[in-house]
Amino acid sequence: MSARCEVLVLGIGNLLWADEGFGVRAVEALHQACVFPTGVRLLDGGTLGLALYDDLTSARRILVFDAIDFALPPGTLRVLRDAEVPAWGRTKLSPHQVGFNDLLAIAQLNGRAPDAIVAIGVQPVELNDFGGSLRDAVRTRIPEAVALATEQLAAWGFPGAPRAPGAVCEPLNAHALALAAYEAERPSDRDALRSGDARVLERALGQRG
Amino acid sequence: MATIQTQGFTLDDSGQRIVVDPITRIEGHLRIEVNVDKSNVIRNAVSTGTMWRGLEVILKGRDPRDAWAFVERICGVCTGTHALTSVRAVEDALGIKIPKNANIIRNLMLTTQYAQDHLVHFYHLHALDWVDVVSALNADPKKTSELQQSISPWRNSSPAYFREIQNRLKKFVGSGQLGIFANGYWGSAAYRLPPEANLMATTHYLEALDFQKEIVKIQTIFGGKNPHPNWLVGGVPCSINLNDTGAVGAINMTQLNMISGIIDSTIEFIDQVYIPDLLAIASFYKDWAKIGGGLSGQNVMAYGEFPDIANDYSNKSMLLPAGVILGGDLKNVHDVDLKAPDQVQEWVTHSWYKQGDESKGLHPFDGVTDPHFVLGPGTKGTRTNIENLDESAKYSWIKAPRWKGHPVEVGPLARYVVAFARGDKEVTEQLNMVLKTLDVPVTALFSTLGRTAARGLECSWAAHKMRYFYDQLITNLKSGDYATANVDLWEPSTWPAEAKGIGSCEAPRGALAHWVKIKNTRIDSYQCVVPTTWNASPRDAKGQIGPYEAALLNTPMVNPQQPLEILRTIHSFDPCLACATHVMSPEGEELVAVKVR
Repeated sequence: MSARCEVLVLGIGNLLWADEGFGVRAVEALHQACVFPTGVRLLDGGTLGLALYDDLTSARRILVFDAIDFALPPGTLRVLRDAEVPAWGRTKLSPHQVGFNDLLAIAQLNGRAPDAIVAIGVQPVELNDFGGSLRDAVRTRIPEAVALATEQLAAWGFPGAPRAPGAVCEPLNAHALALAAYEAERPSDRDALRSGDARVLERALGQRG
Repeated sequence: MATIQTQGFTLDDSGQRIVVDPITRIEGHLRIEVNVDKSNVIRNAVSTGTMWRGLEVILKGRDPRDAWAFVERICGVCTGTHALTSVRAVEDALGIKIPKNANIIRNLMLTTQYAQDHLVHFYHLHALDWVDVVSALNADPKKTSELQQSISPWRNSSPAYFREIQNRLKKFVGSGQLGIFANGYWGSAAYRLPPEANLMATTHYLEALDFQKEIVKIQTIFGGKNPHPNWLVGGVPCSINLNDTGAVGAINMTQLNMISGIIDSTIEFIDQVYIPDLLAIASFYKDWAKIGGGLSGQNVMAYGEFPDIANDYSNKSMLLPAGVILGGDLKNVHDVDLKAPDQVQEWVTHSWYKQGDESKGLHPFDGVTDPHFVLGPGTKGTRTNIENLDESAKYSWIKAPRWKGHPVEVGPLARYVVAFARGDKEVTEQLNMVLKTLDVPVTALFSTLGRTAARGLECSWAAHKMRYFYDQLITNLKSGDYATANVDLWEPSTWPAEAKGIGSCEAPRGALAHWVKIKNTRIDSYQCVVPTTWNASPRDAKGQIGPYEAALLNTPMVNPQQPLEILRTIHSFDPCLACATHVMSPEGEELVAVKVR
């Protein structure tokens, strides 16, 4: 926990919100793909906000996967480095809105900012699908995101060793949340009454049409 | 509508309409619309949740033993409370009893959450409604030091220390990025602290955010390696071995000692920083002891929390008692039964759902979540870009929960009022201390200030109870009881074909309950009524307003363009709607839009 870690690889976002789950799914995929040397920590950070402050400030370098809105075509990957990673804050109605950016800003103010930070972001296709999973345009970018991360980690001096195919690895989070189980057991649209806000419906219909 | 009378309040929508909507480009959350009269006093208030979700969409058909993992992801702050409520609901449905250690550890996890959540809420969310960060830049560090030393023995109090923090702030602000302090209404006449108090509080804001990371470590130790704690139906998922010298997985004495140290520093920080700050800031805003009371002086409810006896959720066991107070009658505290069909019910008369006869409410076991998005004839704007809602029709994605038909406030103040009415000595002493220090009457409790004070007192209460539960745990372990889980009924083959249960929890922000139905070993239905559903509730079939709406009424505003007063009162409830989505964007977008119409 508090022991200074060399690299923290953090997946952030909400896996219950379709492409908002990109960060978590990417760090899971990296974890399944490679074993990294001591000093590298992989973490499913979810939307924990301030609860991640210790992890963030205990790391020398940070690699973060997240859904990033750059108004680019959906599914576009983008890598941001250091000052390009925004550290502004926002007016908050609730501490739930303490995002990664706020964490960085607070860490800076307290003199605890990491030495280096790289964000690998994807432009989401769909967020408004509660209980949904990644859209194809985002899902298919995960191998590339994993490759970019592996490259970055190697450049920092922490090359990953590929796991043997089929090797068993402990999941980063609860078993039921792992991608396959999460998707396989999802109730049908009808069972789940997965409709609702006209703003969601209109967009969904627009996409289908 | 001209004017409407309800619950002793007069609603008048004839004045200027002001909309405060935390807009994100992704989806909306909580939105407040108010009408102010010619003197800028709020005469009508409308609270609406602008986002639809239903847990049914993720939980139906899943293994009930996994439900905690999903509900833990609903949002990043309520993680533990949703998970705890979920395992309690499944245990209730299946008749599973948990071991003594599991009960103590759950209590320890939840008191830890109270301490961290209340602390973060006060400094990160609420303090800046009262503290002007920019004014802190003009403070005299020497006077700040004197002020600090006059109110608390806290060690960081030298003029040099405050000067150093002030310089850091100046550099931060001077760099052109206000960062976490952007979007504040700095310089508004509604801010009343002298620069020295502003510097002291801003310094503690930074210290508190840094310190809270220590408190979180307790969750991580008991919850496993992960920042999302693990939970378990039947107990807790950690094993303990006091003699362990490094075996994998088990919690050992080294970790327990670390927890003990964190508890000491948590008590110290809260009692030497948070509470003195709270009292110092409150002394400049005593008029807020008459503003924002809303329903708190009438109807409050608590489900009870911190069972001292494992598996006993009655008031005999609860350290913070359950109860409902109606009409401000503290002499008659009603008992709560979450299974009784006539107690907790939800109405959708003013919510965007259909449920048959909408003049009636439904108990969550019979709950229906059938979305129906229609706007009233008085709505201004379009379906996808609403300018003003029409509160005479359906106007919120939040349902209207009621206890025996009454809207009730939930949260720390509600818990403290119920505990006070039930004669709890510790709570009564704490409340008397605050009333005496601020020299305000007992009615001051029923206000925005009272709500804020209750949260601070409860934070201190929880920190001391962390010590109590820790000592309990060590005593029980030393007696040789190491059991942390009961797996007798773990296998679904041991379950009945159909079962239903309830789980409740007093989350830091208020009463939370889950209702689960299990059929053929899978979740058949799952309903949650969360604290913010009670507090942010829209109107019901009788036109009764909810706690937010009531609390905003009759509030004088300095400047409607800068709705600090609305934020102060809404923040005092610790709202919890905006859970999950955060997407980075290249420019710092404006999140709170204020529109005056």
